[in-house]
Amino acid sequence: MKYLQEYRDPVLARRLLAELRATATTPWTIMEVCGGQTHTIVRQGIDELLLAGIRMIHGPGCPVCVTPLETIDKALAIAARPDVIFTSYGDMLRVPGTSGDLLSLKARGADVRVVYTPLDAVRIAQENPGREVVFLAVGFETTAPANAMTVLHAASTGVTNFSVLVSHVLVPPAITALMDEPDTQVQAFLAAGHVCAVMGWTEYEPIAEKYGVPVVVTGFEPLDLLEGILMAVRQLEQGRAEVENQYARAVRRSGNTAARDAMRRVFQVTDRTWRGIGPIKASGLALSPEFARYDAETRFAVGDLVTRESPDCIAGDILRGTRVPTDCAAYGRTCTPRTPLGAPMVSSEGTCAAFFNAGRTLEHR
Amino acid sequence: MTLSCPVPRVETERVLLGHGSGGQLMAELLTEVITPELGLTGPLEDAALIGLDQVFSTDSYVVTPRFFPGGDIGSLAVHGTVNDLAMRGARPIALSLAYIIEEGLPISELREITHSAAAAARAVGVPIVTGDTKVVGRGAADGLYITTTGVGVRLRDAWPSAVSAMRGDLVLVSGPIGQHGISILSAREGLGFEAEVFSDSRPLHELVAAMIAAGGADVHALRDPTRGGLAGSLNEIAAASEVCVEIVEADVPVPAPVAAACDLLGLDPLHVANEGCLVAFVAPASVDAVVAAMRALPEGAGTTIIGEVTHGVPGRVLAHTLVGSSRVVDVLVGEQLPRIC
Repeated sequence: MKYLQEYRDPVLARRLLAELRATATTPWTIMEVCGGQTHTIVRQGIDELLLAGIRMIHGPGCPVCVTPLETIDKALAIAARPDVIFTSYGDMLRVPGTSGDLLSLKARGADVRVVYTPLDAVRIAQENPGREVVFLAVGFETTAPANAMTVLHAASTGVTNFSVLVSHVLVPPAITALMDEPDTQVQAFLAAGHVCAVMGWTEYEPIAEKYGVPVVVTGFEPLDLLEGILMAVRQLEQGRAEVENQYARAVRRSGNTAARDAMRRVFQVTDRTWRGIGPIKASGLALSPEFARYDAETRFAVGDLVTRESPDCIAGDILRGTRVPTDCAAYGRTCTPRTPLGAPMVSSEGTCAAFFNAGRTLEHR
Repeated sequence: MTLSCPVPRVETERVLLGHGSGGQLMAELLTEVITPELGLTGPLEDAALIGLDQVFSTDSYVVTPRFFPGGDIGSLAVHGTVNDLAMRGARPIALSLAYIIEEGLPISELREITHSAAAAARAVGVPIVTGDTKVVGRGAADGLYITTTGVGVRLRDAWPSAVSAMRGDLVLVSGPIGQHGISILSAREGLGFEAEVFSDSRPLHELVAAMIAAGGADVHALRDPTRGGLAGSLNEIAAASEVCVEIVEADVPVPAPVAAACDLLGLDPLHVANEGCLVAFVAPASVDAVVAAMRALPEGAGTTIIGEVTHGVPGRVLAHTLVGSSRVVDVLVGEQLPRIC
């Protein structure tokens, strides 16, 4: 695989940091939207090197974190059925629902399996014609095309014992909701490179214009992030608010048309509740009527399951970027990756887990 | 806008798969359930020293698939126990081999695995002197489980222990990390990476003997970073020795195919299992001699200094990152779960 060492060069990193310090004349607050970017920033300690008053806010872009409790509870209800093989990406298995998580359910006898691609779930369905195979389809515009292709694949191969529990979310409505918050502190966004590889960046142009915020489509390697931050700071310093593309090796303005077509065919836009943030209009994807027969919610009649979340952690503030994990009294004490109180402590992409795994303690406050 | 998160119920009643992964969950199981019943105190080592010179170790092997690029469960069962003995500075003198076989296992496969274990033991020069064979009903085991137990004799001047790392020690690894774990994952899940990754499964007793010959008692601590990976071993030694370990991330040898696979799956190579390399804490006075002795052997040809023991917070492992910052290297809770995207 190419493009690993090239984007992790310590000499170039230092050069970019020096340039950044020379460019920034006043403090700026920038949000990286994507959890993968948070992971790199915290793992590499990039935010601690920025100085010059540049503050990174870690945004709501961790699919594990924002998947609503209700979806987890529906997943637990479906996975507990003896006729079901429940499949999921690995890091959803430890997300706490009301009564436990999928890993505990597995230890109690449920057939829960980690897959690396949703196509594996269809293959498992073909190998187990007597059982129902369900895939937990969560994530942003990055995972949605593969899940759409999987539903199309199941349809074209006539696999009927396969269904998906869908809880996809979309980035632009979330950014808009954040900017509409009266207390928002975000002055620029690093847009998620992989989301834009699928969607392109035309959706971000009206946002940059309306709110006067620079948006830089940014990759995930250390040098990508440093360059993305530098491009955002240059715009802020020059008073510009445009969409720029740092991640040119992967992203075109129009995105990936084939992927978007598959998404458009299989899914339709719907209102979605974000865990810790609340409902955001037109911010998610659900199966379109043509493919409703693959909807696990209706197949297993869990559509009516409603879960109320109890107000016990500051995940919402963290996902909105108004507070950081070390502001939370529970962080590192009652809330750890072993005993997560909230989803951001579960996935290594989650802000709290990223902080915890990097050994950030309350002394960082 | 409501801000909320649920309080999860922590699983305390049942064993999870993650309890076997060499992370925090496993440490809890050992310290809260197992060692108190046994009356064991003190640090957990790869092998126990009995009296002054006898070293004793046991390990079970449940790997799936049983055959993987670079090895199989038979040779692995020999190498693993030989290496656990070697990490206490011992030369292996005898092994036992016990099978738990699931009904239905092809005899040809059992023969092939036994042949492989025997060949591995011959290559090490240690006899398999006793054993056991049990068969359980279909579904009661997954094909074949192997337990090997080993007895060794401590080499002269060899006192490596997890409690003995000292301030100023340099931290060495004997070769590239992450190969075994990625090879197993790739074979098990049929991931089909561009470049095939081979397990590094191999015996390390001769490497340790050469290190002890060169450095003697200056070889303070040895560990083969199996489950839990390099991060797990470094944390165990940092905790047991009550020292701070600082490593330079860029100096940790991660082969390109392992780095690529980890990147694709969202895994951290520091947490991926190894079966053919070791991490050593060596006093500065002997480092040059020990490194030269290691590099003279094929299994130590890739020996690299990755860090040192410092005055920092005892029990903590720090990594200096590529961009010049630093972070804490922690142990995993349970299994390392691939990230979504």
